[in-house]
Amino acid sequence: MFTIFKDFSKRLKNLFSKKESVKIGFYGPPNAGKTSLANRICKDWTGEEIGVVSKIPHETRHVQFREKVEIKHKGKTLTFKLVDTPGIATKIDYEEFLNFGIKKPDAKKRAKEATQGIIESIQWLDDMDAVVIVLDAAENPYSQVNITIIGNLVARKIPVLIIANKIDLKKADIKKVESAFPEYKVVGISAKDGLNMDEFYDSLFQLANKV
Amino acid sequence: MNEKRLRGLSLQVLPFTEIADLSISERVRKILNLVLGKKIVIIHGRLRPEEEARLIEDTMALVDHVKDFTGIELAVIEPDLKGRNIYVKFKHSLAKKLVGDSEALTVVGPSSIVKEIKKDPKKIELLLD
Repeated sequence: MFTIFKDFSKRLKNLFSKKESVKIGFYGPPNAGKTSLANRICKDWTGEEIGVVSKIPHETRHVQFREKVEIKHKGKTLTFKLVDTPGIATKIDYEEFLNFGIKKPDAKKRAKEATQGIIESIQWLDDMDAVVIVLDAAENPYSQVNITIIGNLVARKIPVLIIANKIDLKKADIKKVESAFPEYKVVGISAKDGLNMDEFYDSLFQLANKV
Repeated sequence: MNEKRLRGLSLQVLPFTEIADLSISERVRKILNLVLGKKIVIIHGRLRPEEEARLIEDTMALVDHVKDFTGIELAVIEPDLKGRNIYVKFKHSLAKKLVGDSEALTVVGPSSIVKEIKKDPKKIELLLD
């Protein structure tokens, strides 16, 4: 009953408030390339990157956003607030960071910040108008975290676009991502090398139109 | 004399009826209490998406506060309805609406014991530490 009321009030709010820009969240597991993709978009269209990228998991430990990103693509313009979120995981072990040469006190601090970042990511879900799920195309897509994130977006009626990132890697398998999520459009890209960004922008406009 | 130490593995089956009447907080607390007791919990049914998200949130809060607790491994196994006839699919979706997803199994274990749950559409593997 509460959900129906919440949904109705959201629709009513959308009807009477002319949105200047939509909020598009970048969600996914750690190290899938959310910030790499957000950086590519921000650098292309605002001239500045949004965050630091690293091979060490949980580099992004706070939600970071860029207001009014304006994309002009094939004669159309899309203005949106880009929200880059920390990767969602079900476990955090500071010892994992020691393998990357991080000292114990810093590893513990990083782990603590990472747990808080995951909580922050989940809490921001409610605020999103649309979500781009960024997955590593070289990893197994059947992870419960991916299914949980998508399930929560479906329950909240938030439009979803799935990105299979890192198609530059030999192990990348877009077909596997597509068969894991047959109800969704999957676009394969390489945020690092800028591969297939044209199709990505086409899909991003389609996603924004669903809001 | 060489003494080999064998470690036990504790599984706890949780029928959905045992958590059906609990609130989200109570359900998640019940599951996490068992996991903190180093048990691998097998729930006959599946949690709702918001409950799974809450489970992750509360797990992260515990990682911050409970010594040596590094989190959970979580997986849901559902019946494969691909290729089944409309009647079977209808029956399944009706049952899901009436009594929850009772044909699914949810596995939750402490990540210190369950290193990884490998899931493919038709099989599930628990890799133990």
